[in-house]
Amino acid sequence: MAVTALREKQSTVHTSLEAIVEVKGICKSYGNVEALRDIDLDFPRGKLTSLLGPSGCGKTTLLKIIAGLIGASAGSVTVDGKHVSGPGPERAFVFQDFALMPWATVLRNVAFGLELRGTGKTEREETARRYIAQVGLSGFEDKYPHELSGGMRQRVGLARALSVDAEVLLLDEPFSAVDEQNRRKFQEDLIRLRSAQNKTFIFVTHSIEEAVYISDRIVLLSPRPGRVSQVIEPDIDRSGDPDSIHRDQRYLDTVEEIWQGLKQYVE
Amino acid sequence: MTLFGYRIPMMASLLVWCLAWEIVGRLDLVFLLPPFSDVLAAAVQLVQTSSWQDATVTTLRAFATGMALAITCGVPLGVLMGRVKIADDLLGMWVNIFSSAPLSALVPVLMILFGFGERTIIAAVFLFAVWIIVLDTRAGVRHVSPSLIEMARSYGATKPALYAKIILWAALPEILAGIRLGLIRGVKGVVIGQLLVAIVGYGALFETFSRNFRMAEFWALTIILFAFAMLIAELIERIEGKVEYYAGARQ
Amino acid sequence: MATNVRTESEVTDLTLTATSEEARGLRDRPIILRLVSIALFAGIWEIAGHIPVSFAFPTFSDTIAAFFRLIADGSMPAAYLSTLQPLVLGVLLSTFLGVGIGIVCGLSRAGEWLLIPVFIVLQAAPVAAFIPLVTFVYGIGMTAKTIAVMILALPVIVLNTYKAVRNVNESLLVMCRSFLGTRWQTITRIILPDASPVIFAGLRLGVAAGFVGVVLAELLITPTGIGDLITFHRSRADYAEMYATIASIIALSTLTLVFLQWIEVRVFRPEKRGA
Repeated sequence: MAVTALREKQSTVHTSLEAIVEVKGICKSYGNVEALRDIDLDFPRGKLTSLLGPSGCGKTTLLKIIAGLIGASAGSVTVDGKHVSGPGPERAFVFQDFALMPWATVLRNVAFGLELRGTGKTEREETARRYIAQVGLSGFEDKYPHELSGGMRQRVGLARALSVDAEVLLLDEPFSAVDEQNRRKFQEDLIRLRSAQNKTFIFVTHSIEEAVYISDRIVLLSPRPGRVSQVIEPDIDRSGDPDSIHRDQRYLDTVEEIWQGLKQYVE
Repeated sequence: MTLFGYRIPMMASLLVWCLAWEIVGRLDLVFLLPPFSDVLAAAVQLVQTSSWQDATVTTLRAFATGMALAITCGVPLGVLMGRVKIADDLLGMWVNIFSSAPLSALVPVLMILFGFGERTIIAAVFLFAVWIIVLDTRAGVRHVSPSLIEMARSYGATKPALYAKIILWAALPEILAGIRLGLIRGVKGVVIGQLLVAIVGYGALFETFSRNFRMAEFWALTIILFAFAMLIAELIERIEGKVEYYAGARQ
Repeated sequence: MATNVRTESEVTDLTLTATSEEARGLRDRPIILRLVSIALFAGIWEIAGHIPVSFAFPTFSDTIAAFFRLIADGSMPAAYLSTLQPLVLGVLLSTFLGVGIGIVCGLSRAGEWLLIPVFIVLQAAPVAAFIPLVTFVYGIGMTAKTIAVMILALPVIVLNTYKAVRNVNESLLVMCRSFLGTRWQTITRIILPDASPVIFAGLRLGVAAGFVGVVLAELLITPTGIGDLITFHRSRADYAEMYATIASIIALSTLTLVFLQWIEVRVFRPEKRGA
């Protein structure tokens, strides 16, 4: 599949979908180091968009700017038309290192977002239990994080983000601290969860395979300074058996094509 | 902290406290607290007296001897406990007890065993400093990466070479940390020993000054002592800084 | 700056790892070995007393006998009653004051700048030199002893609390912010729970320092309590009684610390692992 064909396809899809997150002219510098330069991006509602690139391309920085966790040097981010100046209830973050409170049970960790909002105990625990079940952790409500494996801990992190009912989920390399087998299982579950949730996902990863496997759109960032180098929409049917995706010719072609594009940045 | 955009080093706040001391002293609120400038003047005079010089020589000699003993006993004992399980089993409990016990209660025993002189002070310094050196050395030796030891073995290192070239070096950051903490405890030991014996070195001076309410001299002596303690800790910390690069990277 | 504060409280980290090993060892290692270790110590003491090493060195058995004599005639219980009051009071006051100051210094840059250097100096310096002075101001009563305890216990508690609050898990702070936690919520739900194990370890070190303080005060200035018992029997050359008193205070402090550590392991350990 040629890149030009992909691009044409992208432009048609682009106009037909409403963007929920709009990033305009974002720049970010740390002292003399330029991390991001002039990023313009739209994230369509209900889609999973991956930010993909080698280390140092500023993908996590961009995600945290969208989350409102760090400020941009220039440019603006809007979510649903509203300007982002800090964290907000319409966005929820899933952390690379899970960020679970070691002194709290799974239930309390998942309910923590609601606890901070002042939701009543019974109500927030009921919600938390529902999402704990959805991520496949029923029966682990009263366990502590140290009793769980890495993959299970990140499921807790995901359930916590889901339970605050945000429209946009921001995932910062959520599987990088999870071992390979669990990661595969988790990716499959994410695809399933996504079709049930109708939420917008923005997903940071450095794994090409992972990005192609789960994403509707892939934004390729190039490093030093981080810029958007390409936007790809892998046209892969995910309705069938998740394992068949890995053998799908278009999946393999897209992975190869992205690798060819990124190769130049790998030293 | 930053003020008007300038970063002010943390220890600079001590100057503020000295200033506050000066003001409180000048206001004559507490008779025990003469103005800071008087204390400094007293310090300048104090260091010129022969009684201070003699006391300093005695104190330093006792401190240095006690510390030398503590290090030469503590490090090998720590290595032994780190490497030999049975030694660790038998001694670990006692080292842990003595490292946190109120050792000042033992000074009266030292006094009757070693007499009211320098030997008691040396024993007090040793007793205060040695346990933490043992504990830290043991922890350092325990944390030496097994693969490093296997590497040395696989390249045919003899037992002495293994200890001298691998274990001691790999445990060096902890050993130095132990020695630094041991020095701080040793300073406390020398002071507590001398205060209790009360007729040697700084202890005798403290006794004279506080009994006769010569407050400026009392505080001058205190400041000199504190400065010495901080200086010595700082010195070891400098040396530690040189090996820190692999202390953190090793985990 | 927080990481630059390297004081005695740092021993916590090392001895904590050492002692958590120790705590695990307690379970794995047969109790017998511990008993052998005690028996060996007592045996060496007994033999050394029989040689004798010095005229002032009683045997272990004599010391034990003296210990029971002191308990029976009521002089040791009375001494402990007098010693423990200022100790408990001083440690309690230091706990409230120290944890409070430590939290303020950990949260506020100005507090940190102003106060932490003072406590670093007090921690590293031989503050025992102040104890005679304290008696001149407050006499030889309970107040002087309580202050002696506080002088020694406060710095380590403040510095541990401060370090714990300053070195709180950064990613949990970001997490709390991303879920819209207020400053107050961040302090009560993240910072304090995350810091509590280290704060508690600081309290344990504070108690150890408090024991040193009270014994020192009684030996140096106030002829009461355990210190008086030691001095009294030394002056009468009742060495067995003197050794028994000293051994008892060391044993009491050790048991207290072991108990605090047991609480620490029970309450804080499970969560400290991983996650």
